[in-house]
Amino acid sequence: MTDPTTYLSHLELGEPDKTFLDSNELIINMGPQHPATHGVLRVILKLDGEKVLGTECVIGYLHRGVEKIAENRTYTMFNPYVDRMDYVAAVSNGLGYCEAVEKLLNIEAPPRAKYIRVILTELNRIASHQLWLGTHALDIGAMTPLFYTFRDREEILKIFEKYCGARLTTHAFRIGGCQYETYDGFERDVEKFLDFVPPRIDEYEELLTTNRIWVERTKNVGKISAADCKALGVTGPVLRASGVKWDIRKALPYAAYPEFDFEIPTGANGDTYDRYMVRMQEMRQSLRIIRQAVERIPEGPIMAKVPKVMKPPVGEIYHSIEAPKGELGYFIVSDGSTQPYRLRVRPPSFVNLQALDIMVRGQLVADVIAVIGTLDIVLGEVDR
Amino acid sequence: MPEETKSPTPPPSGEPKPPAGQANPGSVQSTPVHKPPEKAAAPAKPAGPAPLPWQSPLVSKLKGQYGSGVREANTYLGQNYLVLDPSITNEILQILRDDEQFEYCVDVTAVHYPQREKPFDVIWILYSFARNERLRVKTMLAEGESIASSVPIWPTANWLEREVFDMFGIKFDGHPDLKRILLPDGWKGYPLRKDYGIIQQDQEWVHINLGIDSGQ
Repeated sequence: MTDPTTYLSHLELGEPDKTFLDSNELIINMGPQHPATHGVLRVILKLDGEKVLGTECVIGYLHRGVEKIAENRTYTMFNPYVDRMDYVAAVSNGLGYCEAVEKLLNIEAPPRAKYIRVILTELNRIASHQLWLGTHALDIGAMTPLFYTFRDREEILKIFEKYCGARLTTHAFRIGGCQYETYDGFERDVEKFLDFVPPRIDEYEELLTTNRIWVERTKNVGKISAADCKALGVTGPVLRASGVKWDIRKALPYAAYPEFDFEIPTGANGDTYDRYMVRMQEMRQSLRIIRQAVERIPEGPIMAKVPKVMKPPVGEIYHSIEAPKGELGYFIVSDGSTQPYRLRVRPPSFVNLQALDIMVRGQLVADVIAVIGTLDIVLGEVDR
Repeated sequence: MPEETKSPTPPPSGEPKPPAGQANPGSVQSTPVHKPPEKAAAPAKPAGPAPLPWQSPLVSKLKGQYGSGVREANTYLGQNYLVLDPSITNEILQILRDDEQFEYCVDVTAVHYPQREKPFDVIWILYSFARNERLRVKTMLAEGESIASSVPIWPTANWLEREVFDMFGIKFDGHPDLKRILLPDGWKGYPLRKDYGIIQQDQEWVHINLGIDSGQ
C-alpha cells in the first residue's frame, strides 16, 4: 500500500488524479471472526479494487488434536470423538469410523444394523444439506430459506433424538453394529418424514432456483473444472457439480448401499449454481434410499459378536465413505493393542478448502463469501 | 468401560513394535537391514490375517524397472500397498499418475515408530478413477531425512504435506510453502511424534501469546 502522505503530496504537485484503488494491491483480512466464514476461518485476501488476486487461508483455530487423542484412547472410547469433527453430520463420521475398525477387526455388522445405519446416515445427509442451504443462502442475502430449512431439519433431529437421545453429536453407531434397536414407531416417523419433506424441497427450489438474484450471484461464480478438482483432491458434491460422476457409495460401496437403487446427480459447469442443484438433487436421492431401506429393513440382530476388549491384529487399513462433504477416510494403524497406534482422518472439508484459492481468483470479494458457502466446509473438521 | 487405559504418554522403551505390514513372513529376499529384530517380535502377537504378496502387472513392471527399490508389494485385507525406497519414491509416484492413471491423491500422512532405525513412514493414498482402485505407497525415512515433495505431481499434496510437516517435522524438498498449517507458526515440537505427550504443550508460546502459564 502506498503511504497516504505520498498520495497527498502528489495531489499538491498537481499530478494527474490517482485513486487509492488504481494501482494498489490491497491486503485485507477476512475473519477469523466473520459470520460468513462458517466458523473460525481466516482468509487473507489480496485485492485489486474489488477483484481478488489471491487468497491464503489461515486455519487451525479449532485444532483439538483429534488424531493425538485417538492414540491415547481405546477404539471404543474414541468413537464419540469423531462426532465432534463434522458436527453437522456426526452420523456419517461415526459410520466411517465404525466401519474402518470393523474392517480392521475383520467383522461385519449384521444386515439390520447396516440398514439402520443407512437410514440414519442418509437422514443426516439431508440435514447437513439443509443446514448448508440455509446458511449459504443467508450469506448471499436470501434470508427466508434459512427459516424453511431449519424448520424441516428439526424433524430429522427429532428422529435422532428419539433414536439415541442426542440431536447433533449422536454417537449413534457402535463398532460392530448399533447399540440401540429402533424405537417403536421409528419406521412410521421416518415414513412420515419422507412424505413431508419432498414438497418442502420444492418450496426451497421455488424460492431460489429461478430467483433472478440467486442466479446472478451463483451462475459462473467460483467455477472449477473437473481436471482441477481431481488434481486438488476435491470430492463430494463439488466434484460432481464439475461433471464427474463419482460417488463412493457406488464406486466402492460400503454398508448396505449396493442393495439400493439411486442416481448420482452431476452438474456441467462446476459453478456455484451447479453445486446448489447437485445438492438439491442429492437430497431427493437420499429420500429414495431411505424409502427403500425402510420398506425392506430386515429383522435380526443389530450387533455382531464383538470382543469386549478390542485388540485388532497388527496391520493398517484405509476406509472411506461418502460423507455429505466428500470423501471422509480413516487410516488406522493397529499394533495389536487396545488403542490405535495411529489414526489419521482424511477430512473432506480440509482438502476441499484448498480449492478456494483457484475458485475465487479473478472474481469479486462478494463471491468469496459465495464460494466459501458453496464449498460447504465445517471448521471442526478442517482443524480437527 | 471394559478396558483399562494406558498412561497418557507411550512408554519410551518397550518391546519393539513391528510396524504394520512389516510382519510378513512371505517376502524375505527383499528384507531391509533393520528388519530381523522386528520379525522376532511378530510371532508373539495374536494371529491375524497376514499380508499376502500382491501380484499384478503394475508390480511386475515396477519391479522389473526398479528391482529392489520396490521393497514390498503386498495386499492386506484387500488393500494393496507398495513399500518403496525413498530415493525412487517420487519417480514412482510420477509414473503412477502419468502412466497408471492414479490421478487423485487421497491423502498424504505419516506414522512415527521411534524404536525403528528409520522412524518415519510416509504414506500416500492414491486412487484411480479409471481403474476404480486404491493404492497405498509407503516409504521409510530416518530422523532429519527429507523427501521430494509431491506437490508438482498432485497440487492437493500442498496442504497435506504441510500437515505432515506440522505434526511430524518431516521436510518435503521443493514444497512451495512448507510451514505449519494447524498449529501456530512459532510453535515448537511436533505433536504426533510418539515422544510428544498428550498434555504436552509449548509452554513458552502459550506464555507469550496467551499470557497464561498453561493451556490445560
